[in-house]
Amino acid sequence: MNIKKVVGTLVFLVVVLAVIPWAIAKSGRWDFYYTLTSVALLSIASAGVWLTFYIGRINIGQGAYALAGGYVAAILVTKVGINFWLTIPLAGLFCAGLSVLIGLPILRLRGVYFAMVTLVLTEVMRLATLALPITNGAKGITSIPLPQELSIFGLTLIPDFGTMANPKLAFYLTAVILMILCYFVLWRIVNSRLGHLCRSLQQNEELSASIGVNTAYLRVIAYSISSFFGGIAGAMFVAISQSIYPSSFQVTDSVNFMLNCFLGGLGYVFGPMLGTLVLYFGWDLLFTTGRYQLLIYSTLLILLILMLPNGILSLGIFNRKNPRS
Amino acid sequence: MEQILANGLYLGAQYALIALGLTLIFSLMNVLNFAHGQMYVFGGFVTYTVVAQLGLPFIVGLFASAVVLAVIGALIERFLFRPVIRKSHREESTMLLAAGIAFFLDAVILLIFGEKQRGVPKIMDGVLNWDFRIIMPYDRILIGVLAIGMIIIFILFMQYSKTGRAMRALAQDRVAAQLMGVEVDRYSMIGFALGAMLAGLVGGLLVTITGINLGMGGPTSIKAFLMIMIGGAGVISGAIAGGFILGMMESIGLTLLAAYGGITYLVIFATLMVFLAIRPQGLMGKPWG
Repeated sequence: MNIKKVVGTLVFLVVVLAVIPWAIAKSGRWDFYYTLTSVALLSIASAGVWLTFYIGRINIGQGAYALAGGYVAAILVTKVGINFWLTIPLAGLFCAGLSVLIGLPILRLRGVYFAMVTLVLTEVMRLATLALPITNGAKGITSIPLPQELSIFGLTLIPDFGTMANPKLAFYLTAVILMILCYFVLWRIVNSRLGHLCRSLQQNEELSASIGVNTAYLRVIAYSISSFFGGIAGAMFVAISQSIYPSSFQVTDSVNFMLNCFLGGLGYVFGPMLGTLVLYFGWDLLFTTGRYQLLIYSTLLILLILMLPNGILSLGIFNRKNPRS
Repeated sequence: MEQILANGLYLGAQYALIALGLTLIFSLMNVLNFAHGQMYVFGGFVTYTVVAQLGLPFIVGLFASAVVLAVIGALIERFLFRPVIRKSHREESTMLLAAGIAFFLDAVILLIFGEKQRGVPKIMDGVLNWDFRIIMPYDRILIGVLAIGMIIIFILFMQYSKTGRAMRALAQDRVAAQLMGVEVDRYSMIGFALGAMLAGLVGGLLVTITGINLGMGGPTSIKAFLMIMIGGAGVISGAIAGGFILGMMESIGLTLLAAYGGITYLVIFATLMVFLAIRPQGLMGKPWG
């Protein structure tokens, strides 16, 4: 790890943890917290999608795991009464386990076939949450309490969000810290032995299998890590919106997760983060155009694909400026 | 039982027609057309405009849908897919483009036709009642027969016309077809236009029965993907088989599982998972086609 990377990481940390809250407090635009928190959480889910891209699979099913994670967290908090902070890893683990079950058959598919089956999975998860008795159907689960205090041996690690003067800031910081952790994990994975093996899968699966890489095992591992990310993003989303419906994450969201990865650039670990930021903010900024919002947004999207088929980070300036990619 | 089978056949004919367009585009250009459902909705709205607002006969509306969608499909292929396929190194880029087009068509539909549910007046009155075993409105039968007729015309067209032969050659082996003197660009465009036209025709047919609204695009695409996975992507017989199988499964599932609410699609998906574990390329697909 060279000095440039360390400096770049530190600058990034200072900006998201100190400069942005300060700027928001100065300007009084408190609504930005919600936008930025959403960006942070969506980029966690996109990071998962990116990891499946990394093994050469097009994943359009992340919405399913985000939805499942959200419901697991909501049910554990409201019906079982577990502390919310514990439900985040539990939701992630539930999604990882589920994805092993689903992934074992479908990860044998490739290319467009895998893309199609994952897309269908999103829709099926929505139908499942509509049909299952525990998810309360179309009414969803509402009025979920704010995260409680988390303490070990009487030592308060995270204070109760309900008593806080400014829960928006707290949510923002939680989401950003979670995002940083996830991207750190992702970065470590990519630069580890596992990452190199995954790259070999992306390039030529038969060849890597022929030299002794356990491709079936690797695929499932990568897919379950990806779904873990989706699950924790969904769980955290539930805490912020304090409600979850079958329509909270649907096909459009799954497609958006994929678009985020594409847009940021599939060759870069931090691509999905940038892609999410650009897409989400782009959508928000276009809000002022009223009924033409979707038209302008999709036109820009198509133009961007026509001109930059390899993602924003493939532009020359980013390659020099962004030391972490 | 007869009623279930009749419903399944009727549904299957519609579904097969949708899947045919999608599979045609896929086999010719290796593009997964996410915007297929939106094209279907667009076709429905064109028929609605012609029939309900201009007061012209239904067949004119159907014809207008086909023409409008064919033109849209040709333009999309010529100005969007062709440059992107030429420039990009990863095949996934076309998928992104297709998703962008799906959003774009959604926006266009919203601006031109609005977000309301639309329908046209019944084209035929009366109900067929065969001894209370099969009860089916005449207009449904007519639409089902029309759909089956179109499927037959499509198969004959692909089988015996020069254009159809050229497209089948392209789907089999692009390079070899080019060497034999098939104009790849031209037939890709015709194929895309034909696929879009089929989507538009189904939209025009179904607007008389279920009506049409903006939100129907996405779910329709998903159903079409399901059918293609059952039958195998890029194979015409597979698309037809997938369409009829899904139609039957839906019809049977909705009857048998009615007591449990909307779990039909869950069951279908679980079955599909098991099926794909055994046969990943679908019923008639080539492995990793």
